[in-house]
Amino acid sequence: MNNVFVICEIDEGKVADVSLELLTKGRTLANELKCKLEAVALGHNIEGIEKELYPYGADVVHVGDDERLNPYTTLPHTAVITGLFEEEKPQIALLGATTFGRDLGPRVSSALQSGLTADCTALEIGDHEDKKAGKTYKDLLYQIRPAFGGNIVATIINPDCRPQMATVREGVMKKEIYDKNYKGKLNKLDINKYLKPEDLVVKVIERHMEKSKVNIKNASIIVSGGYGMGSKENFNLLYELAEVIGAEVGASRAAVDAGFAEHDRQVGQTGVTVRPKLYIACGISGQIQHVAGMEDSSMIIAVNNDPNAPINKIADYVITGDVAEVIPKMIKYYKQNTK
Amino acid sequence: MGLNIIVLAKQVPDTRNVGKDAMKADGTVNRAALPAIFNPEDLNALEQALRLKDKYKGTTVTILTMGPGRAADIIREGLYRGSDKGYLLTDRAFAGSDTLATSYAISRAIMKLDKADLIIAGRQAIDGDTAQVGPQVAEKLGMPQITYAEEIVSLEKGKITVKRRLERGVETVESPVPVVVTVNSSAPDCRPRNAKLLMKYKHAKTITESQNASEDYLNLSADRPFLNIPEMSVNDIDADPKWLGLAGSPTKVKKIENIVFQAKEAKKLTAGDNDINELMKELIANHTIG
Repeated sequence: MNNVFVICEIDEGKVADVSLELLTKGRTLANELKCKLEAVALGHNIEGIEKELYPYGADVVHVGDDERLNPYTTLPHTAVITGLFEEEKPQIALLGATTFGRDLGPRVSSALQSGLTADCTALEIGDHEDKKAGKTYKDLLYQIRPAFGGNIVATIINPDCRPQMATVREGVMKKEIYDKNYKGKLNKLDINKYLKPEDLVVKVIERHMEKSKVNIKNASIIVSGGYGMGSKENFNLLYELAEVIGAEVGASRAAVDAGFAEHDRQVGQTGVTVRPKLYIACGISGQIQHVAGMEDSSMIIAVNNDPNAPINKIADYVITGDVAEVIPKMIKYYKQNTK
Repeated sequence: MGLNIIVLAKQVPDTRNVGKDAMKADGTVNRAALPAIFNPEDLNALEQALRLKDKYKGTTVTILTMGPGRAADIIREGLYRGSDKGYLLTDRAFAGSDTLATSYAISRAIMKLDKADLIIAGRQAIDGDTAQVGPQVAEKLGMPQITYAEEIVSLEKGKITVKRRLERGVETVESPVPVVVTVNSSAPDCRPRNAKLLMKYKHAKTITESQNASEDYLNLSADRPFLNIPEMSVNDIDADPKWLGLAGSPTKVKKIENIVFQAKEAKKLTAGDNDINELMKELIANHTIG
């Protein structure tokens, strides 16, 4: 009872990376709270999936294996999870901020009348004093996220409602094996106990999933462009540079919104979090939402015509100048020096 | 037979165009400096509703927005683009609502309106990016939900077919109606304002707005009832105050911090040939690239 839960996303029979990242984070939180870490995995033909989860520190794995749980639809998953949560009363429940987690999380939180914070960039345990009500709360989950277009960082708490729910983007937390011989307990769920006929009204009639073409998460060098690139044509300069130095192309949200790049390339709080060896930020001002997704890069080069752009504060090299002039020079001198 | 569609729309500060004066000296957000706009994905949702109206004769499109008095702009904007009417859900009791309290109030308001076949909204609003209100409203209404919609393929014989755009692909789903659908920005842009509708509705006002209006205006709006934008308050939606506003919000803001980056000691370079050449040599020499 009152443990930390991670709702795992199962993708073609495999656990999604973001769920393993959250188990790693959940293990740390559970240790701090001196409670257990439990995982929920729902799908079909997923026998043995618990063995993938134990090494990340899961003490209990609840598995629901039923054809009605695959492919994912909102209502059956919601019914099973709210039913299970009413029995188990978790204090914390975490989900990946994927299309899965962002569809399921709010539905579950509404059903349980419990708070949910989206796209957290950090999770911590801490106390809270409500001076007005004269109440002190111990060991709450601090859900930390940029807000208001990234101009501020807010710490959100749920003092009274349980579970305290949060979603986190893929790549924000680090995935680490806790103990490769760690052994948890399997709890097979009786799905019939939770599902009602009206949960099965939505049908998936067609599905085309493709492997993402863009892989910026694992790239060791990223050349990234922002709104300051000015146009889609100028963005092509980034592809040229990336091609020459063996990099992937990333983009800020403003650049994606402006149609300069596709959404898969977005780096930041609502995109992908990256930790490359080198991050070249071109025409990116450096709003916190973007910085949250790339500040752990080993080296950052900022190219910007504004000498006071916020990105310059976290950069190792600041090139003040026009991107359309600087990038071709980088290509030229890279080629010259590698000949 | 026409459909009855409710579009949920929100007026948001334009966080995409945050200028230098967006933050006050004390580090708080200067809302006055941010223009208020129609949340972009709600416009994508409105377009899907208007396409259904084009396709199925006799369809009514109603905008429902929750916010302060000035959010009536959203309703007018919707009328200019082809919606039939709009309701402004406004009350001080809603102040401080998180997504769950907001969803509760919106769902109560929907229950008071004519029974809808479809409730449609943008996937998320740009001031919070949570994408929670759509699914939470659906749950409160006990309706199925279809999120990340890109196209409503059809809505016939009590059944809706929707194409969804997910992170790594597309999916087509079928659901009975009524249903709540939330729309992605990958869906088609909203049609522009229609000049005739602009003329027709430019004097549309809420009761609160018309309190300061001239007598001429009041005579005009008595003749043209379509110029009245109805307001709904807590009393109109039979809401339980304990689920509203700050009290009804399980999440609380503990702390807000202004962003201060820890300045690193950066090497400053110019765009000159020499500087770039030296930089590339250095990166190659220390194996960062190449």
